[in-house]
Amino acid sequence: MLLSIRSLSKSFPGTKALDAVDFELKAGEVHALLGENGAGKSTLIKCMTGAYRRDSGQILLDGQPVSPGTTSEAQELGIGTVYQEINLLPNLTVAQNLTFGREPRRFGMISSRAQRDMAREMLAGYGLDIDVGRDLGSYSVAVQQVIAIARAVSLSGKVLILDEPTASLDAAEVRMLFDILRDLRDRGLGIVFVSHFLDQVFDLCDRLTVLRNGCKIATEAIAETDRLKLIKHMLGRELDEATEEERRKTTAPHEERHEMLRFDRVGRPGTVAPFDLTVRRGEVIGLAGLLGSGRTESAELLFGVRAAQSGQAHDEAGPVDFSNPRAAIRAGFGFAPEDRKTDGIIADLSVRENIVLALQARRGWTHPVPRAEQNRLADDYIARLDIRTSDAEKAVGDLSGGNQQKVVLARWLAMNPRFLILDEPTRGIDIGAHAEILRLIHQMTAEGMALLVISSEFDELVAVSDRIIVLRDRRHAHALVGDEVTADAIVRAIATPDAAQTQTRGAA
Amino acid sequence: MRRTFTRVLPQLLTLAVLMALVTLFFPQFLAVDYQGGRLSGPVIDVLKRGAPVALLAVGMTLVIATRGIDLSVGTVMAITGAAAAWAIASGWGAGTAVLLALAAGLVCGLWNGCLVAVVGIQPIVATLILMTSGRGIAQLITEGRILTFNDPGFAWLGSGILAGLPVPVFIWILTAVAVAILMRRTALGLLVEAIGINRSASALAGVNARVLLIAVYMASGLCAALAGIIATADIRGADANNAGLWLELDAILAVVIGGNSLLGGRFSVAASVLGAMIIQTIDTGILLAGFPSEYNLVIKAGLVLIILVLQSPNLASEWYFLRRSLTQRREPKPVPSRVKE
Amino acid sequence: MTVNPRLYPLLATIGIFMLAYLVCWMQFPYMLSTRVVGNLLTDNAYLGIVAVGMTLVILSGGIDLSVGSVIAFSGVFIAVLLRDTGLHPLAAFAILLAVTTAFGAAMGGVIHLLAMPAFIVTLAGMFLARGAAYMLTIESVPIVHPFYETLKNAYWLMPGKGRLTLIAIVMLLAVVAGALIAHRTRFGASVFAIGGGEQTARLMGVRVGATTVGIYAFSGFMAGLSGIVFSIYTSSGYPLATVGTELTAIAAVVIGGTLLTGGAGYVLGTLFGVLTMGLIQTYIVFDGSLSSWWTKIVIGVLLLLFILLQRGLLRVSSLRA
Repeated sequence: MLLSIRSLSKSFPGTKALDAVDFELKAGEVHALLGENGAGKSTLIKCMTGAYRRDSGQILLDGQPVSPGTTSEAQELGIGTVYQEINLLPNLTVAQNLTFGREPRRFGMISSRAQRDMAREMLAGYGLDIDVGRDLGSYSVAVQQVIAIARAVSLSGKVLILDEPTASLDAAEVRMLFDILRDLRDRGLGIVFVSHFLDQVFDLCDRLTVLRNGCKIATEAIAETDRLKLIKHMLGRELDEATEEERRKTTAPHEERHEMLRFDRVGRPGTVAPFDLTVRRGEVIGLAGLLGSGRTESAELLFGVRAAQSGQAHDEAGPVDFSNPRAAIRAGFGFAPEDRKTDGIIADLSVRENIVLALQARRGWTHPVPRAEQNRLADDYIARLDIRTSDAEKAVGDLSGGNQQKVVLARWLAMNPRFLILDEPTRGIDIGAHAEILRLIHQMTAEGMALLVISSEFDELVAVSDRIIVLRDRRHAHALVGDEVTADAIVRAIATPDAAQTQTRGAA
Repeated sequence: MRRTFTRVLPQLLTLAVLMALVTLFFPQFLAVDYQGGRLSGPVIDVLKRGAPVALLAVGMTLVIATRGIDLSVGTVMAITGAAAAWAIASGWGAGTAVLLALAAGLVCGLWNGCLVAVVGIQPIVATLILMTSGRGIAQLITEGRILTFNDPGFAWLGSGILAGLPVPVFIWILTAVAVAILMRRTALGLLVEAIGINRSASALAGVNARVLLIAVYMASGLCAALAGIIATADIRGADANNAGLWLELDAILAVVIGGNSLLGGRFSVAASVLGAMIIQTIDTGILLAGFPSEYNLVIKAGLVLIILVLQSPNLASEWYFLRRSLTQRREPKPVPSRVKE
Repeated sequence: MTVNPRLYPLLATIGIFMLAYLVCWMQFPYMLSTRVVGNLLTDNAYLGIVAVGMTLVILSGGIDLSVGSVIAFSGVFIAVLLRDTGLHPLAAFAILLAVTTAFGAAMGGVIHLLAMPAFIVTLAGMFLARGAAYMLTIESVPIVHPFYETLKNAYWLMPGKGRLTLIAIVMLLAVVAGALIAHRTRFGASVFAIGGGEQTARLMGVRVGATTVGIYAFSGFMAGLSGIVFSIYTSSGYPLATVGTELTAIAAVVIGGTLLTGGAGYVLGTLFGVLTMGLIQTYIVFDGSLSSWWTKIVIGVLLLLFILLQRGLLRVSSLRA
């Protein structure tokens, strides 16, 4: 066994990120490491590469116990890593990047000719014909990825960990990368491959290990598993009967609901393929898919965070402008983003100020929301959403995650939007707050608001949605309506390779 | 009102301690004379001489609140002063001169704001351009001479007396109060703080960050224009080389002494102008107390270092945990969060 | 043959310098003499040296506002030392360089340890160095020493009777040394790495703390050396000298094609940046009718031009990637 991890555990304050995880990597295999967000993949990788210190457990490399304390130590031991955001420097030349820290020197001075020769040698066998004297940043992401791999292999040479290496590559580039990886595997490297693209896993890998909630669920040979089994491992099918019963009973069949908004062929090359979407009053549309399937990107297009390059929107009154967030807000949209800390809350401002911010921005600076109204709004939403804070003047950054999320929700509710997009509204939130947010979703729709909810928790989607759109490979691939809305159906829709494509248009 | 008072308490205390120190060495420091309808004395002098830095600090506070910086304010003082002097020398009268200077300040601010908000150059670089070339523009206006003039109306703005106090004192106090009211009575203050703390989240909430940024740099230009008018009126001449020289650094220092973070966000105009007064008290105090003025810069350096330590993000986490551990005992424990991330 | 795009800003700098020289030469044929070249190098020697240090600082994504004050301090320090003690100037130089290097290193340490912007830390350094100069003396102190006369009058006669003075040679050597350090050592590679992204640099094995200290120590050393050259040039030490030199140096670095956000640039470009600025001044002197303030305006325009050029290049490269 090239690399064995035995019973590795790692905790963060309040969270057990890894719970006695075992993992084994053979020389000459590509081993997929799979799991949804928060399963513990990146924590496991970081423990292997010395970025984190493990709490307990053992890492054996070639049978010898190792405990790398830094990334460079791990590299010297033979464990190299290539991340999704390439961790090389775009402002240096390819040669400088490849030889960084090991530059050939004469009399203490780096010889750039020897440096270029060394770089070319390192790249030999990767099938790249590039000028190593140019800036790394002038090459495509795929080429940069290969260069990063070449550096990691030549630096470490035993274990190669690839974290989402294909996330921003096109099909041809993926094929090129896979040829290189197969070649490296045949040369006896052990490769850990992290990806959300299951097709690629089945295409490339020899074995796979699934993590869920910090535990190892299974290790299997690719030949002996299938997509459905795999996805069930990843998602955990402990569908709780209670949530099943909570499934909303729609008051009216959704075709009879009043149509409010219609998006036609909204898309952006490389982000999401053009899709149609019809939004009806008081309905909840769920957006399901694995990470990287284009869920968040769809939401960002609809709210104008990224400008759509094709498509338009209409309501009863005519065309609707959603080319930027301010226009979208004027059109009565709202968006609670996935990353609360960077895109949602204004950490140093108070709960009250965060709640009135969007309303204030809408009214313009000359029409300040009177302090009395601000206080009323803040107190009202603190009570209605049960935001746990000592008072409305506390800085939002000091609240817990769930309460921050409720503040962001309150900000949009105060605007009384007609179409609200919630991206992972319950991510990282404790169970109590979780249930309250689901209850809120029901309440909002009762008042006629339409919601688009993105979630990796399919049970939760099933519980709140009138219909669900399933995304696959940055395409709106499948629609589930009415009684079809079950977690099993979602899993099957995600797992079906390229089946329901013809239904894309019907998904609207 | 009470919140403002607690906010500026450290600055008030610093100022009080400084004044006490100066009085120790120069007992007449607090003495104020009333003669011929005017108050005079060291304290009045501090209030008057501190006017340019106080005005610059008002604009700089807003810029720094947006996580920016404006290095050009000293130069803008020179440009606006030259413009005003030129207008008077050309016989246009004091009123036109003031308007022209204010307009020049606004244009300078617009230029900076566009470079920052539209072109997307980082503020320190964007404002450096005007800082280097602006003195040339000012000299172009004055044709390299010290452009002197004799206009009692305009000179009154720099050295006149109103209700016993020098006019510049009224100008900076009124400006500071007006800006503070504008910020807190409208929603501007909130929006400025929001984009300074988290520009992307603010933009998602519909805040028009671009327009706000430009407006803030224009406000800074306007404040610099007022400071330029006072400086020019005081010496009855425009000195393109020396007007406002290095005052941008004093203005930044005043804002930082005022407890405003260089990383943007929460700001207090009142604290900044108190910072300006602290700087001026040091300047004047050292002179009066008989110390060589050489100590001045060393003291400023020491002040910056102290503030650096107080604001350092590396130490901030420690301050934070200290504060947290003291306050958290009074609050209910947060529910343990579910393993998700 | 295609030109490597990373050379574009450097080529633009050299091109602008050549163009400017061509314009000067067409109007004043005398400008092409080695005398003018010699004077250009001598008059800008102190600026060139300090700009080399500034180049490394800016390459790392930082800024050093203290250098103007450090130059003034250096002159005063040497003048007072020579006036009040019997030290040989060379010994004074050694002490001074040790002091300014340690001063720079201390600022680098504070920047790294407190994780505060270089801008505000070196602002404190600026106050401190200027204040220290004031504390030594508030007057201009003349330097009278036979060795200083020797240094001042040492030159190499170029063909065409132009004088390449000792201080000009020191400046050129400083450029060569700076270029070697920046482009041919691991330390230099680390500087570029930090300028390209501190987090990534750390992952690639750069010792960020030590490098930051080294960068500002180097800048302090160069400021000290520049102070020595300036004291030779003026034969005096004056605490009010070289106010604002830090900004001129920054402008020279940017006009020399170095990215102000760090991570890209050439030390050689800085030399041409300095010479371009010197050339503008020389032209104005030759012309006689033009006023000196045009220098500032033209420099400002060049500054804007290069910043816009760099933003444009960044945008193009990010579109391709």
